[in-house]
Amino acid sequence: MDWGAILDNILRGAFGEQFIYFGLAAIGLNIHFGYTGLLNFGQAVFMAAGAYGLAMMVATWGLSFWIGVFVGVFVFPFILAIILGAPTLRLRADYLAIVTIAAAEIFRLIVRSPTFDEWTGSSDGLTAFADRFYEFSPFDPGQRYLFGLFIGNQMWVVIVGWVVLALGVTISWLLVRSPWGRVVKAVREDEDAARSLGKNAYSYKMQALIIGGMFGAAGGMLRAIGTQSAQPDNFITDVTFFVWVALILGGAGTVIGPILGAGILYAVLNFTDIVLRQAVNADYIPAAIMSGTQVGQVRFMLIGLALVLLAAFRPQGILGSKEEMALDDR
Amino acid sequence: MTDDAPDTAADTAPDPSVVAATDALVAVPGVDPDKARAALVDVPREPGAPKPDPILVADGVVRRFGGLTAVDVDHVEIQRGVITALIGPNGAGKTTFFNLLTNFDTADSGRRTFDGQPIDEVPAHKIANYGMVRTFQLTKALSKMSVIDNMKLGATQQKGETLWRSLLPFIWKGQEADIEARAEALLDRFNMTHMRDEFAGTLSGGQRKLLEMARALMVEPTMVMLDEPMAGVNPALTQSLLQHVTGLRDQGMTVLFVEHDMDMVQEISDWVIVMAEGAIIAEGPPQSIGENQAVVDAYLGGSHGAPLDLDRKL
Repeated sequence: MDWGAILDNILRGAFGEQFIYFGLAAIGLNIHFGYTGLLNFGQAVFMAAGAYGLAMMVATWGLSFWIGVFVGVFVFPFILAIILGAPTLRLRADYLAIVTIAAAEIFRLIVRSPTFDEWTGSSDGLTAFADRFYEFSPFDPGQRYLFGLFIGNQMWVVIVGWVVLALGVTISWLLVRSPWGRVVKAVREDEDAARSLGKNAYSYKMQALIIGGMFGAAGGMLRAIGTQSAQPDNFITDVTFFVWVALILGGAGTVIGPILGAGILYAVLNFTDIVLRQAVNADYIPAAIMSGTQVGQVRFMLIGLALVLLAAFRPQGILGSKEEMALDDR
Repeated sequence: MTDDAPDTAADTAPDPSVVAATDALVAVPGVDPDKARAALVDVPREPGAPKPDPILVADGVVRRFGGLTAVDVDHVEIQRGVITALIGPNGAGKTTFFNLLTNFDTADSGRRTFDGQPIDEVPAHKIANYGMVRTFQLTKALSKMSVIDNMKLGATQQKGETLWRSLLPFIWKGQEADIEARAEALLDRFNMTHMRDEFAGTLSGGQRKLLEMARALMVEPTMVMLDEPMAGVNPALTQSLLQHVTGLRDQGMTVLFVEHDMDMVQEISDWVIVMAEGAIIAEGPPQSIGENQAVVDAYLGGSHGAPLDLDRKL
């Protein structure tokens, strides 16, 4: 076993790019679900909106990178949230779930469709929109940084990502501790009670959907920048569920929970991946049980098992409060 | 803890300071509860009777669910500054009518005015701004929020409730402190200070009713609508709740409540409106209602001799 490589992988998972992309999306989902009680099963579509917002502005229409960032983080998710929320937020929570899960697939299939190839690049996606981002990089693309964990460009994405994450955590902390946060929590607990006290529940749900969607979009955009491509299949339904796993694992309704969950999720995924791979290569695990090509699937089975155990023994997540969870049974 | 769990001693002991403390907190200006009550003497005891100073007026309010007409109220006026009870047998349409009055449900036809302003088109969440606040039959304590947060939520016109302002605490911190002080004073009045930081979900049924009422007062209403305030309340707490309701009236608020418990109706209401099969069948002071033939028929289904014994629960 190469323990150095294992440690590298764990650290890359816990603090690297995936942690940032999914951490940001989970912060958004936490505002949706953890605080406002919105069942958004399409966080991937907000991530895609961020990625395509930037990519299309720059690669398709040749606008500046900064306009792309603005459109991707603010305009696209705003429009998307209005489209998704307007018909569903007056209804019961499950309708939003249905609509978001469908919308995520509709968006992906539309950008994937050859009909719109000239704008979206169909299944190949769009590339060459992030050059401007890397122009600002103080790191040498040929060098490795931070104990050799990240190469130059990665390092730049990760540094910017950490700053954006810190900003995201700060904003969500400010939001949920404010009177605004009190109202959305009241909406989560009981819309009619909030309404009887003069709060426009519909408007607050819409605001939460928009702002949470913007965090998702920021995560998706960073992902597009990091991989230097916006591709439809980067935003499949699984992506939404990874975000959910991160949120539930860390603890919904806590400020730090979503990023803690994202860090742990990717640390564990990377850890199981490399350990299983090394074990197979070193014949600790005989080929009859598992081959190297099955490692990818097996590690998700392990994550699944871990989630079952979490649900059984710590349903509130790592940071969630047991007392709070217990109130559901009353 | 369930609804029949014993309440703590602090809730059960009637507190003589309760009513006295009320005046200091909020009082509705320009309303003299004694005068308002006295004015009811001359009101004819018939359905739809005009009141000398109505705060809430409903006209031709109809609500149908498919083929069923749940509510069909020709005309009703609620006198300002008194406690009005809305009673009636199960299925009489009381709660539906209540929901229509507070715009939590939409009437098929009819007009309503509150304090002289039409409120037919006003969405439910704006009703509170008019000074009308309601509670619910199934108490809506916000379980996963602390008692004090429940209270603070009730304050209206909060600057920090706007998305962009919420990110700039210095804008709303001052107002928040005022709201907190007001919330604490109300908690004190309702003897709930010791629960300040508990999750509302840990309170007993009766305590939740108290919390809901206290929270409604944070709105600084002129009219309080209580949907079955006594439902599921342990008898030891009933007296304290009754005191609080009369306390509201003595401050000049108008109270309209739906209730099954005739003891409560007899004890605290100044005027009673009886509904049956969606319509108002009788009105009058509580003493007169038991002798009203229409009411007795509605409750007991006609053909019988003795007047209704209001000391028994209906």
